[in-house]
Amino acid sequence: MTKEERLKKRHSAEKRFRFYGLASIFVALLFVLILVHNIFSKGSSAFMKTAINVEVFFDQELLEIKNGATENQILEADFYDITIESLLKVFPAQDLDQENQLIDLFTTDAEIEIKRAFLENNNLIGKKINLEITASDDIDQLHKGNYPRDLPEDRRRISDFQLIIYDNLVENKKIIKNFNNYFFKNGDSRDPELAGIGGALIGSFYSIIICLLLAFPVAVLASIYLEEFAPKNKITDFIEININNLAAVPSIVYGLLALQILLATIQLPRSTPLVAGITLALMTLPRIIIPCRASLKAVPPSIREGALAVGASKFQSVFHHVVPLALPGTLSGTIIGLAQALGETAPLILIGMVAFVVDIPSTPIDPSSSLPVQVYLWSESAERGFVEKTSATIMMLLSFLIVMNFLAVYLRQKFEKRWN
Amino acid sequence: MNFVLIFLITIFSLSLFFYGRSKTKSISIEKNIKLNALPKFYGYYLVLWCSIPSLVFLLIWTLFEPVIIKSIIIETAANQGAIFNDKNEANLIYEKIKAIYAGTYFGDIDTILKESALSYAKFINLFTNSKIVLIFAIVIASVIYSLKKIKNNNKARDDVEVILKGLLFASSLIAILTTLGIIFSLLFESIKFFSVINIFDYLFGTNWSPQRAFVSDASAITAAEYDELKDAFGFIPLIAGTSFIAFIAMLVAVPIGLFSGIYMAEYASVKIRRISKPIIEILAGIPTVVYGFFAALTVGPFFRQIGENLGLTVSSESALAAGLIMGIMIIPYVSSLSDDVINSVPQSLRDGSYAVGATKSETIKKVVIPAALPGIIGSVLLAVSRAIGETMIVVMAAGLAANLTINPLESTTTITTQIVMILVGDQEFDSPKTQSAFALGLTLFIATLVLNYIAQRAVKKYREKYD
Repeated sequence: MTKEERLKKRHSAEKRFRFYGLASIFVALLFVLILVHNIFSKGSSAFMKTAINVEVFFDQELLEIKNGATENQILEADFYDITIESLLKVFPAQDLDQENQLIDLFTTDAEIEIKRAFLENNNLIGKKINLEITASDDIDQLHKGNYPRDLPEDRRRISDFQLIIYDNLVENKKIIKNFNNYFFKNGDSRDPELAGIGGALIGSFYSIIICLLLAFPVAVLASIYLEEFAPKNKITDFIEININNLAAVPSIVYGLLALQILLATIQLPRSTPLVAGITLALMTLPRIIIPCRASLKAVPPSIREGALAVGASKFQSVFHHVVPLALPGTLSGTIIGLAQALGETAPLILIGMVAFVVDIPSTPIDPSSSLPVQVYLWSESAERGFVEKTSATIMMLLSFLIVMNFLAVYLRQKFEKRWN
Repeated sequence: MNFVLIFLITIFSLSLFFYGRSKTKSISIEKNIKLNALPKFYGYYLVLWCSIPSLVFLLIWTLFEPVIIKSIIIETAANQGAIFNDKNEANLIYEKIKAIYAGTYFGDIDTILKESALSYAKFINLFTNSKIVLIFAIVIASVIYSLKKIKNNNKARDDVEVILKGLLFASSLIAILTTLGIIFSLLFESIKFFSVINIFDYLFGTNWSPQRAFVSDASAITAAEYDELKDAFGFIPLIAGTSFIAFIAMLVAVPIGLFSGIYMAEYASVKIRRISKPIIEILAGIPTVVYGFFAALTVGPFFRQIGENLGLTVSSESALAAGLIMGIMIIPYVSSLSDDVINSVPQSLRDGSYAVGATKSETIKKVVIPAALPGIIGSVLLAVSRAIGETMIVVMAAGLAANLTINPLESTTTITTQIVMILVGDQEFDSPKTQSAFALGLTLFIATLVLNYIAQRAVKKYREKYD
């Protein structure tokens, strides 16, 4: 091999090496794109729901209540017959089986929706109005194009007769899409068209607030102690080793800790945001202490010495001068820690947040779910409608995380002083 | 009740602040002496003395009150002739008693329950009253003590700072308490587990099937049951599955992470670095449940489809899908750590290599990476410890049955998956099955601890070398 050939070979090796580096960055970026695209393309349809325009006639004989009935009377009244009557008028059905198939096109909550419309305006007796009744999950998925209709009938959840009705409804423009308020308002449900993240949102909110209230003050005080006051001795070393180790302990171990100490020993209520908040706080604490200490360390000693020189005590120099200067870094570290806590699932599963909770929690000691746990629960469900609901929940979760991370970056860039 | 007490203590402390401040001011004017601290520090001093002891007492009391009352009530119920065979029945009766007290119980109430509910009401009253009395006593005692101090013109600033320093120290002790809590809670159940199952049967058994481990009565396990139990908790398939998935993950994460780390440290311009580094770190910020969803619903079926086209049987919960996605999740841990490590290799080493005519890639391969090797190994070990502790991806995308296999297309299970599977839903606390989850947790905790210790030592040693 001549010198030129060797040089050429070496240079092409150089190019190859450089290409590998670029390619691996590219692969990582590509994956982010694929993931985000996958989630968005699956989930964006969940923000709309399919409804069918139905003419409802409030027949006094069927309702057995009069105009001007009190709210309690309406709530107790039976709207079932009216509901069935109205739904059956949508399309002529030949026999009982077809009637059942027709009614299956609508959500099981059709009666409640009609009652709600009646409650809003209770002078409706003897009148006809057009209501948009939420369609069942199968029709919803069919209308959104997520459901293949060219399968043989016995492998489809929608019968041929239902398809005929559906096509007829589409032709008459009776099928509409509107904003899916159920998705944000409702708690969990076995029916995908009624399931929502309302309960999970509140549960996550309470958990994160409790986590913040517990973890932030303790983390700040602990990092002030370790950075500013701690003597160099065995105890301090031991605390530091502990903090570093705790930051690396798998999150599921915190779930076991919570199960044993918080639930079995102290007997706090299961499945509640209170327990979730405490667990997340224990888990987040070391992850906040580390950035807090870094930002305290970044404040130059001259600031402390300046304060001491004019007669401040050690405490005054720290609390009046060092801590305010370190605050932006501290806050942004806390927000990033909270963002991690918001996405944490495993420990919450162990403390029983996987329970099926329909009600929206009103206090932190009500059983509740949380956003990531809801993702887990729904992803295990077989119904097709839950795939888009899960993806949409992930979209909500990711957007919260993006907002929190931007806030953290903004705080740091806007308020942090650079010292050199 | 507690909120009212906390509110009262807060209000009282705040008013003491103003009292202390004005009182010391007036003392100094009256007696014409110079105070040893600014008046506000006397106020702070009173606030701290009034609030901290009483709040700490309230916290401890609230934590232990339900436990103590419960044990008293169960004991009295037993003395009155209530029969319960195990802890669960005792808990059930206790819940009934509580419900009767709250007026939300609608079942039949026999005399034992009625008597117990009455004594429950009595104890609740007793405890609440004594709590209030004791808190008042504590507040009054500490206020009298601190008032006496400030009248003697103590050095209030120094005293306040000593108390605050104690508070700071106490906050940092929470880290130690958490570690102790973890160790205690894991050991407590694990010891019970290992008192039933021989530790060697656990460590070297090759069969994991805890669903078989049904015992009618945990306190008296029959010989036949024990034979079943002995073979149901073999750890080998779990550690094999865990390491196998972690190995696949590292096959993905190490090359991609290392090469992108090298590229960012050595080749990338400041601009590219500023854009690509945060984007790669997004991968670490995505919740793992999202990866799990993606692996289970998109990647798993995708591999299965490819397998079908190629004529292979691929499980839709294959180790390959879980490992691949886990590897992608771990890329940023490898890349940013190795980026840091490579950045701290001194420039003089590179310059020396360039000076003898090496190209950039030769310098990186023959000089920079060997110099940075301990740090790189450390970062890879940290990534491994992330991989074996990772839960959601494997729970959602890997299998549940413990197969001892090295075929990446089959399904395997992991330690974390089994912990979740055992503990999800209602579980009775006293069965070997539940306890085995804690034994697994302990094993996981020790494994990650050891890996982290080695990794941190490696990185630290490396840093010291070039500092």
